[in-house]
Amino acid sequence: MTDATTQVAAPRAPARVETPFQRFASEFLESRIATAALLVLLTIIVLAVLAPWITPQNPYDLAQVDVLDGRLPPGSEAYAGYTMWLGSDGAGRDLFSAILYGLRISLSVGVASGIIALAIGMAVGLLAAYAGGRTETIIMRVVDLQLSFPATLVALMLVAVLGKGIDKIILALVVAQWAYYARTVRGTALVERSKEYVEAAACLGLSNARVVFRHILPNCLAPLIVVGTVQTASAISLEATLSFLGVGLPQTEPSLGVLIANGFEYMLSGRYWISVFPGLALLLTVVTINLVGDQLRDVLNPRLKK
Amino acid sequence: MTPVLQVSGLKTHFFTRAGVVKAVDGVDFSVAKGEVMGLVGESGSGKSITGFSILGLIDPPGRIVEGSVRFNGVELANAPEAALQTLRGNRIAMIFQDPMMTLNPVLRIDTQMMEAIAAHERVDRKTAWQRSRDALGLVGIPSPEERLRAYPHQLSGGMRQRVAIAIAFLNRPDLIIADEPTTALDVTIQGQIIHEAQKLTHQMGTAMIWITHDLAVVAGLADRISVMYAGRIVEQGPTDSVIDRPLHPYTVGLLGSVPTSNKRGERLFQIEGMTPNMLALPEGCAFAPRCRRANGACARQPQIEDIAGRAVRCFHPHTAAAAE
Repeated sequence: MTDATTQVAAPRAPARVETPFQRFASEFLESRIATAALLVLLTIIVLAVLAPWITPQNPYDLAQVDVLDGRLPPGSEAYAGYTMWLGSDGAGRDLFSAILYGLRISLSVGVASGIIALAIGMAVGLLAAYAGGRTETIIMRVVDLQLSFPATLVALMLVAVLGKGIDKIILALVVAQWAYYARTVRGTALVERSKEYVEAAACLGLSNARVVFRHILPNCLAPLIVVGTVQTASAISLEATLSFLGVGLPQTEPSLGVLIANGFEYMLSGRYWISVFPGLALLLTVVTINLVGDQLRDVLNPRLKK
Repeated sequence: MTPVLQVSGLKTHFFTRAGVVKAVDGVDFSVAKGEVMGLVGESGSGKSITGFSILGLIDPPGRIVEGSVRFNGVELANAPEAALQTLRGNRIAMIFQDPMMTLNPVLRIDTQMMEAIAAHERVDRKTAWQRSRDALGLVGIPSPEERLRAYPHQLSGGMRQRVAIAIAFLNRPDLIIADEPTTALDVTIQGQIIHEAQKLTHQMGTAMIWITHDLAVVAGLADRISVMYAGRIVEQGPTDSVIDRPLHPYTVGLLGSVPTSNKRGERLFQIEGMTPNMLALPEGCAFAPRCRRANGACARQPQIEDIAGRAVRCFHPHTAAAAE
């Protein structure tokens, strides 16, 4: 033991320090389906963001919409001269343009409500896990109560009371979904809280807030990201449901749900495209988000590690 | 010389649904500047709870019900949380058993070390970084600049425990409580870690409480040993005399069960019975049911007695052996 210190077995330092994110990214890309889904999703997002610059028509601008173009089948030429590859709806809106604009609304509603619900759920869940006792009991019973109602029902009731509009539907979605985040965060935070590094952090004299936000929270992020993606997908389809039922967004701001609802009455007369193409866009968005979420879960869950 | 830490009559009880667990039940000891005190005992003897009681980190349903913990003359038992927080990691540091678990897996080493400095001092990032680097160098970590950028999973167990020790010494504390810091490491690394810890306490005059169940570890490290059994200290004294001439039957048993080479082929000695149920401790001496020397006298609680410069809590100490 005399020359122990000079013989310290130093493992070779890796030339490039791989951050957890790099490791995560390379593991994520191992699955071809997930990679493809991610690419499709990114394409959808880019198309939606760039909609005003790439669509031939602004479906919100009534001056550009010609009723004479109504219900044209896919591939027809519009009065204005461009080709309507996906046809047009009853009001004469070019469906390709309307779908991209609809995606903008659907995605932003889904993401905004997801982020707000995540922030609220995270704060509440962390508080429950760290405070414990009566605070935890009260919070978690409210969460249980909330989760015992179907999300659609909660959102439907709220929108019926609040009325139409993007802000109202986001509020309804947040109320319908925060509890999922709260429960997830509380579960993981309880596990992390009992780990030794939290005790070690307390022994360093760090404040409670610092221990919670700097030490516990980053370790809870993995399940939170997974729940976040899945819940965002379900927020998008929930918004579509509400709009389809006519209680979500108004006709002047057509989201995918509104578009599907618009074409619904034409289905039996053979004008399938008015509902089907927005439906496919919605399907593709939700499915790709879920596929990405599944792969995230596989990569981030230590129990599924090979 | 006034001791850095003076623990007297410390009682930490846990009020569980099944009854009161007297995890620490009247512990007295003191640690002087630069001294290493080995706190020895088997699992559940209350040695770790003693450590946590000093730092005031006992979670409900447990609490310190009696006794005092004086640190540099200041009373810590049931002191306000804010006062304790300024001491933790600053004047009193702790090293934990499992180096795999004590570092936050998602934060880099430099983040965690600089955070420990920033919690107690207003220093700029550059100074904090330099101090962290120097601390890593001090515990014998080669190329500390690179290690600072690493994440815990990129370091070996021994390396992580060195980092934990470096963090403990960062703010040059007066007292370090090491809770079985070498138990999770293999023997060669154990030796190195003990060597580093010993070197640093001597260099900096830090007092240290080394909690362990391994007598072999404290034998080479500690200046004094306190042996704990069922929440009480049963024997306390200078390391050499405790190891060479144990007085309490429990210490004798512990030393007897250390496997040594001259007993090859023989059956190893073991202390009969099990550690007592902490919910139902016997009236008198807690060790009596397992003790070969026990008789009727042991139905009463033995008091600490001073025998040959040592504190022993027993009616039938091995004084004959001590006289040899």
